Amino acid sequence: MTKDRIYMDHSGTTPIDPLVLEAMMPFLTKNYANPSSIYAEGREVRTAIDGARQQVASALNAKSNNIIFTSGGTESDNLGILGSVFSLKEKNGHIITTTIEHPAVTRTVEFLGDHGYDTTFLPVNKFGQVELDVLADAIRDDTRLISIVYGNNEVGTVQDMKEIIKLAHERDVLVHTDAVQAVAKVPIDVKDIGVDLLSLSGHKIYGPKGIGALYVRDGLKITPLQHGGGHENKLRSGTENVPGVIGLGKAMEMGETGLTTEMPRVKAMRDRLLKGLMEAQEETYLNGHPEKRLPHNAHVRFSYIEGEALLLNLDMLGIAAATGSACSSKSLKASHVLLAIGLTPEQAHGSLRLTLGKNNTDEEIDNVLEAVPAIVKKLRAMSPLGHGGQ
Amino acid sequence: MYSKKVMDHFMNPRNVGEMENPDAIGEVGNPTCGDLMKMYLRIENNIIKDIKFQTFGCGAAIATSSMITELAMGKTLDEALELTRDDVADNLNGLPPVKMHCSNLSADALRAAIEDYKKKHH
Repeated sequence: MTKDRIYMDHSGTTPIDPLVLEAMMPFLTKNYANPSSIYAEGREVRTAIDGARQQVASALNAKSNNIIFTSGGTESDNLGILGSVFSLKEKNGHIITTTIEHPAVTRTVEFLGDHGYDTTFLPVNKFGQVELDVLADAIRDDTRLISIVYGNNEVGTVQDMKEIIKLAHERDVLVHTDAVQAVAKVPIDVKDIGVDLLSLSGHKIYGPKGIGALYVRDGLKITPLQHGGGHENKLRSGTENVPGVIGLGKAMEMGETGLTTEMPRVKAMRDRLLKGLMEAQEETYLNGHPEKRLPHNAHVRFSYIEGEALLLNLDMLGIAAATGSACSSKSLKASHVLLAIGLTPEQAHGSLRLTLGKNNTDEEIDNVLEAVPAIVKKLRAMSPLGHGGQ
Repeated sequence: MYSKKVMDHFMNPRNVGEMENPDAIGEVGNPTCGDLMKMYLRIENNIIKDIKFQTFGCGAAIATSSMITELAMGKTLDEALELTRDDVADNLNGLPPVKMHCSNLSADALRAAIEDYKKKHH
């Protein structure tokens, strides 16, 4: 990203923090030894990995032996869901997830559905929340696992995970949560919420791409999906992505600190951005929950216009953003999350997701608040829908 | 993903807006799938004297709408009926494959407008 660009797609990915890169650099250069080697250089790398594992664990109030390093959020979701289900003695049963999951969860649960398990995709309310009574009704005697996204990647809704997990555990059901978007945005204490499995990713929190982790609570067995030399306590074979692991450790440590130092400022900018967008143009609506949402996420929709056209205009003005419009997706289908919260495809097309980060400034918020309403006005003037048309 | 020409027509669309008292109107598409085009014609002696459009849709939908108005302006109705989706795409120096079908509806909108005119003046 050059200096004159405004980057507001931090739920897409984040830049690597300079301090994270600094921590990684020795392991991209001089400390190249294989951590499984017994000579001094190998032992030094092993010690560094142990330190990073402790950093990840501490940020979640876990212990380091609860943490398995993976290649990212997708692998963590696969390992968490499949690994826990495959380790149960019953080789069939019922899996519950929601209609607003990331494809890494949706497709994994569908995979179980293709292999003899019953699956339920729970609806959510108009704010994107799983309702506890709906969940309670869906749980069966043979329900093995519930997987629910902690903070939604599109509309930003944060679930009441503690209540969800309490309900599940009363019925002896395991809970996995995809916390890729929630980690380092909202405080997460795995002991307090009591979650069984939790996925996280490096590149959403100013760490590198290609690294993630799965938290597995004490005493819970999982079956490895990737077989080989027995790395990661025999649960995830493959020589460690050492620079990635070190980067993730540092990013998690910084993310934990940032919850109190950076995040209040990000949230204040997000609040001003949302307020400004909602007031600038009529027929502008908030997507997701007004309060229970990720603090960096602004997701709105504008009637009568289409999101890809909005994004291209923003791009020309140097602003990087995202939409849930069908026209910008490979499948040409509107976002399943926006449809799940009750929007029509036509309404979903006019959506804009701006996700802020710690490098954004108040001046950038001003620029976006100037740019977006002007573009919306221009596109509405071209549209046959709304005031000018039908 | 879009050619320079597509981006030019998208950012600076020609002949955009509603026309007062048009001689014909054509409308195609469906807002559900993300594209809706409305084409307005002013016709004298079977010649398209003025043409305007309104479009709800993506960059390609807006650019193809703009392009067809340039191609159709001044043509006779029979000449205009010969314009195809491929003519529109070619004159824009191509469209991404995924957009060729979903958002390349402007030739259809023009044809719908001409048919509307013919129905009124047969």
